[in-house]
Amino acid sequence: MSSFISYFINGISLGSVYAIIALGYTMVYGIAKMLNFAHGDIIMVGGFTTYVITSTMGMSPMVGILSAVVVCTVLGVAIERIAYKPLRGASSLSVLITAIGVSYFLQNAALIIFGADTKSFQSVINVPPIVLADGAITISGVTTVTVLSCIVILIALTTFINKTKTGQAMLAVSEDKGAATLMGINVNRTIAVTFAIGSALAAIAGVLLCSAYPTLSSTTGAMPGIKAFVAAVFGGIGSIPGAMIGGIVLGVIENLSKAYISSQLSDAIVFSVLIIVLLVKPTGLMGKQIQEKV
Amino acid sequence: MKKFMCLAMTAAMLAMSLTACGSSDSAEETTAAAAAAEAEDSTEAGDTASSDAVFVIGGTGPLTGSAAIYGNAVKNGGQIAVDEINAAGGINGYQVKWIFEDDEADTEKAINAYNTLKDQDLQMFVGTTTSGSCLAVVPETENDNMFQITPSGTTADITIPENVYRMCFSDPAQGTKSAEYIGQNGLATKIGVIYDSSDTYSSGIYENFVAEAANQGLEIVGAEAFTADSKTDFRTQLQKLKDAGAELVFLPFYYTEASLVLQQADEMGWEPMFFGCDGMDGILTLEGFDTSLAEGLMLLTPFSADAEDELTQNFVAKYQEDYSEIPNQFAADAYDCLYVIKAAAEKAGITPDMSVSDICEALKPVMTEIEIDGLTGQGIKFTEDGEPNKAPKAVVIENGAYKSME
Repeated sequence: MSSFISYFINGISLGSVYAIIALGYTMVYGIAKMLNFAHGDIIMVGGFTTYVITSTMGMSPMVGILSAVVVCTVLGVAIERIAYKPLRGASSLSVLITAIGVSYFLQNAALIIFGADTKSFQSVINVPPIVLADGAITISGVTTVTVLSCIVILIALTTFINKTKTGQAMLAVSEDKGAATLMGINVNRTIAVTFAIGSALAAIAGVLLCSAYPTLSSTTGAMPGIKAFVAAVFGGIGSIPGAMIGGIVLGVIENLSKAYISSQLSDAIVFSVLIIVLLVKPTGLMGKQIQEKV
Repeated sequence: MKKFMCLAMTAAMLAMSLTACGSSDSAEETTAAAAAAEAEDSTEAGDTASSDAVFVIGGTGPLTGSAAIYGNAVKNGGQIAVDEINAAGGINGYQVKWIFEDDEADTEKAINAYNTLKDQDLQMFVGTTTSGSCLAVVPETENDNMFQITPSGTTADITIPENVYRMCFSDPAQGTKSAEYIGQNGLATKIGVIYDSSDTYSSGIYENFVAEAANQGLEIVGAEAFTADSKTDFRTQLQKLKDAGAELVFLPFYYTEASLVLQQADEMGWEPMFFGCDGMDGILTLEGFDTSLAEGLMLLTPFSADAEDELTQNFVAKYQEDYSEIPNQFAADAYDCLYVIKAAAEKAGITPDMSVSDICEALKPVMTEIEIDGLTGQGIKFTEDGEPNKAPKAVVIENGAYKSME
């Protein structure tokens, strides 16, 4: 039983990281209707920023996290302005390919700046582990912080969207860009804010990811990025609670199948579950069926 | 349906982008390496008064990428051997030129790197450094009938063609020798294994380890896999092995992932013995890694920099002087490779004006006759199959450094 709880907690810990990454995907998709494949690489940038500030320059972890958030927010907005905004009217395929281009660019830029050697990331989270049941279950500090951050972010984001003017503008843009413009909403500014929030979340996800799994290389964000994208689709892309649930469910399924079925087949099982969910509910767990007006 | 197509396409594109990344970097690296080789060539040509003809011996390995430590070690170890050989009058009176190309431990790039070496008149090949790229290059060298000795390519099939030899133990040999070592030294009886099922090196060692463990009276209480796509989270695997009561965890994979395993076991508060193979070599030089986590880690390696013999001491001193690092076994393997070539070349009496194929034909029959006292063993001989015959050694990490276990 205690092992089951351990596996479950590991799953939630991994899932929470997926969830925070998935939130970035889902927000941008929900509002700008585009898949920002560079999101995973912004995570990597967040990780490297923290690495440089804390390990190389020896400053405090708090400074590291804050700088990561600032750098990623600025980067996210800059990417949107330079690479995506000029393509606002273009087909979604062009934007998708641009996003892959940006992803390439970030990975290779990191490769040139930091070299290809894997770095070992010093965890910036200094929270003592929680030991339960006489040491049979240990919840690491990173796990506690990750899960708590995940919950705080979900609550903050939902409140922001429902209670603030900018949040309402986001909802309006996601429903109908044209009508929102007619209503006097600055669509470009709203989308820029969305990218800023998404990238700030990516920075936090980067710090948490690298603290939980302390290696850092130019492709660090790529695989978690893909898994989180799956989580976003699983939960229903465009839905904020969906991304959260999708991420956590994905992490738990991955860890439990590793534990009880086969450590080799865990990825195959995760993707099979995704296929089944999408067959039964094509919009994902929490996705809304949107009627296309012809 | 549209969403599905979209998902499939983007996944495919991303996969492509992952494998393709860094190619521009390697191009720069190659030209830089080529320029350096040319520069060395011109200085060396000045020294060689007796003859302009030189033996061109080349190698490939990852100089960048996650396995960069290995490639650089092979390059540097080979360089030290070549410098010594040249200072002592070369091979059969001819100087030796050492050239090296980056292959990023990637199969495609390894073939390109080998072809680049051939463009520089390669005559004998010390490569490749990693198993996967070695398997890719072997058909090419067989086709060219190029004499090849890999310092550290461990996959069993590498030495099937007659032109290919190996300096290190093969995967089967490493798995078998590890189990033997653990059994004979009574380190533990309940063994857990974590291995990379998507990697030939790791799964090759694993299979042979399990086979030999039965003979040694070792009980495998759990064998857990991971793949290249999920190589960051080992907590579930560790938890399962912990529950199964493993006293020793065998980790037949590379040090980057092993550093995570050690860290996550530490977070769980679990302290079994850990035992690795040659891929573990490099863990102490991993940037930012807390080496105290590796205390007590054992690894099977044919070379230990703290050995007392004169050959090792001189090599380590020279390596530290030139590269400000303690050499690992890859450097030692490469060093020995060059001396194997020297011994065989002298026995066969080859000259640089011979063709690649003639050199190979001349060296093949004498390979089983030579005997080398090298860094990685005394009295190393080669079998008909191209495998080395030497005794295994293990080291344990104490106070952040390797210490011989005997």
